[in-house]
Amino acid sequence: MILDFFSFFTRPKASKEIAKERLKLVLIHDRANVSPQFLEMIKSEIMKVITNYIDIDESALDIQLTRTKSEDGESIVPALVANIPIKSIKQK
Amino acid sequence: MGEVIVITSGKGGVGKTTTVANVGTGLALRNKKVVLMDADIGLRNLDLVMGLENRVVFDLVDVVEGRCKLRNALVKDKRFEGLFLLPAAQTRDKTALKPEQMIKLCEELRKEYDYTLIDCPAGIEQGFHNAVVGADRAIVVTTPEVSAVRDADRVIGLLEAKELRNPRLLINRIRVEMVKRGEMMSIEDVKDILAVDLIGIVPDDEKIVVSTNRGEPIISDQKSLAGQAYRNIAQRIDGEDVPFLNLEDDEGFVFKLKKLLGIKTT
Repeated sequence: MILDFFSFFTRPKASKEIAKERLKLVLIHDRANVSPQFLEMIKSEIMKVITNYIDIDESALDIQLTRTKSEDGESIVPALVANIPIKSIKQK
Repeated sequence: MGEVIVITSGKGGVGKTTTVANVGTGLALRNKKVVLMDADIGLRNLDLVMGLENRVVFDLVDVVEGRCKLRNALVKDKRFEGLFLLPAAQTRDKTALKPEQMIKLCEELRKEYDYTLIDCPAGIEQGFHNAVVGADRAIVVTTPEVSAVRDADRVIGLLEAKELRNPRLLINRIRVEMVKRGEMMSIEDVKDILAVDLIGIVPDDEKIVVSTNRGEPIISDQKSLAGQAYRNIAQRIDGEDVPFLNLEDDEGFVFKLKKLLGIKTT
């Protein structure tokens, strides 16, 4: 009952806000797809830093642009996901 | 030395041909020598929108294949001094043109005319590449809809990869009442998403359909707001600093006046 009462006041999201959110997300993907070199560049830079500290399996390293739920679980946000198999950790 | 400007969009049906017709006419009205080039080979339409369909003899492919001289293919628009149309071939396809031929043609046009506006075909295939290859500047036309904005973003990326840097954005068919209700993306929304500078904003206007039916550019209609928008764009292309139309106020005032007088607003 109380919930119904409040939902009367909260307006549904204007459709232009939905349009903007959907567009922004799809464009992140489109733009990344325009240059596959972009992800390759990130990959090699990350590899350079990590190999200073950890022995990794460079051939199995995988980096992808993907979407995930935001922290509050309210919306979908873009995310860079890296899967880096470790061989051994270098001892200092 | 003149300038070659390509009008492109990615998505079809957003108003490229109407833009070329009206902005080109606007430049001619400013005493410039202007060629409107229809690069949509196989789907010729600029002649029809301009009302010049009965005067086409030769076309763009005839020129590049040497069957006629450039000036024989140009259709002179008798209504506007200094305005010419270079029609597309209707019975050929996009492969009838090679990029080198287009570059050569643009060079020739640059020598004689102040502005050459190229009506680019929809899509991003060979027709698109041919249309942009000889251009100095690009104008990307979009409407405030998700599909048109997405395609515009893709085209902007491709133009920049082709060294046509800083393309300018034309937002077409804005419906002020819908923007006010939050049911259509605003000029600012589209501009923010695409991150390129504006060359113009054009309100949605029923009169465009009427003027296209008649084959008369709406720019010669002094009372039309869309006509005013196109005149402003022609001025900006020609290097003048003109403020953007304040669509909300204009629309608001007319609406209020009509309401006051009890005229039904359509």
